[in-house]
Amino acid sequence: MTEPATDASIDLGAAFRESRIQELLDEIDRELVGLAPVKARIRDIASLLLVAKLREQAGLATERPTLHMSFTGRPGTGKTTVAQRMAKILHRLGFVRKGHLVVATRDDLVGQYVGHTAPKTKEVVKRAMGGVLFIDEAYYLYRPENERDYGQEAIEMLLQVMENQRDDLVVILAGYRDRMETFYGSNPGFHSRIAHHIDFPDYALEELLDIAQLILTAQQYHTDEGSRQALREYLQLRMQQPHFANARSVRNALDRAKLRQASRLVAAGGNIAASELSRIDAADIRQSRVFQGDGAPGS
Amino acid sequence: MRVTQGTFSFLPDLSDSQITAQVQYCLDHNWPIAIEYTDDPHPRNTYWEMFGLPMFDIKDASGVMLELRACRERYPEHYIRVSGYDRSPGRQTTALSFIVQRPTHEPGFRLVREEGADRQVRYSTVAYATDAPVGERYGRTR
Repeated sequence: MTEPATDASIDLGAAFRESRIQELLDEIDRELVGLAPVKARIRDIASLLLVAKLREQAGLATERPTLHMSFTGRPGTGKTTVAQRMAKILHRLGFVRKGHLVVATRDDLVGQYVGHTAPKTKEVVKRAMGGVLFIDEAYYLYRPENERDYGQEAIEMLLQVMENQRDDLVVILAGYRDRMETFYGSNPGFHSRIAHHIDFPDYALEELLDIAQLILTAQQYHTDEGSRQALREYLQLRMQQPHFANARSVRNALDRAKLRQASRLVAAGGNIAASELSRIDAADIRQSRVFQGDGAPGS
Repeated sequence: MRVTQGTFSFLPDLSDSQITAQVQYCLDHNWPIAIEYTDDPHPRNTYWEMFGLPMFDIKDASGVMLELRACRERYPEHYIRVSGYDRSPGRQTTALSFIVQRPTHEPGFRLVREEGADRQVRYSTVAYATDAPVGERYGRTR
């Protein structure tokens, strides 16, 4: 490798501003509550990519950094949302040409009979080219209990694509942490091809409340003192229950609260203030079955 | 004899990066791409075999190029063309189609004169290649 002719100075700050990454990072900071470790990692990765790009421009030895990633965490912790932002960041820095996100699960990749899997996987891969392929619950691809499972075929194709089309496609695998680890254990090929493992922590109660507030504000609803307290109690109970899916559960709970609010207003009839249309009352939340003690999830 | 047809028929054969750029142009206009192949070079042969399905929902040309590579590998000595279909109402037709591979040796066409009643002559062209059955015309097919 020859040294670059001149030792020209490089304005990192200007390059950073020019890439307009900060906007995206700010957006992530603003729109995603909590997730401090994830945000830090994204910042690290963005810096790494920026430096790699500058090295390339300066004529230094560059191998395109491996960009495949693994997002682990429980449901509703923002894996898909972050993947979307990641696709944008990669696009801004010119590591993918289009910056779109294609979400796939086992059903989209694995066929039902012999010879069905390869074209199906290829179809998804072709669609994702130039962008990011996000494979949700990737461990379902591998079913050790059935050695004739077609998932293996999809895995092999994906590995091949991750190696040969590195310039065209970035693959993000996502799922529960422990199951992903088992998956990587039995498919070392994946583990060695993935550079960045990001773990998404569960949200704390306060963060969930912030999320609820963010969702409601975006939809032009508001809460009062009583309903905030009701929401806090609701979440405390709901978090203990099975199938708690973090931010997704919050969104679903709010959707149901809006439903109750609507039927409450319609049932009451008469004249109401316009602001009543956007106010969530404590009763709208307290009617939830979570408070009835039978603990049926999804209520 | 170098057979030409479609868009860019007046140009020398496109390189892969030029093909990629043209394909990207189609995709940017939301025209699904189809890859077709044939070993019948007759100019009136409009019905070529399609390689796989037309490619909808693709955003980046590299997906099409992947398929094109597969087609070239499968049919190294066939004619292959790429076509972009514009489905928008009012047009609904092939917007662009060009040859992306041709056999190494193209023997050309024989002119046939058929003498009919009253010394009338009808002309037709027959490709030398079509003397052999489909699939055996330009050499190997994998």
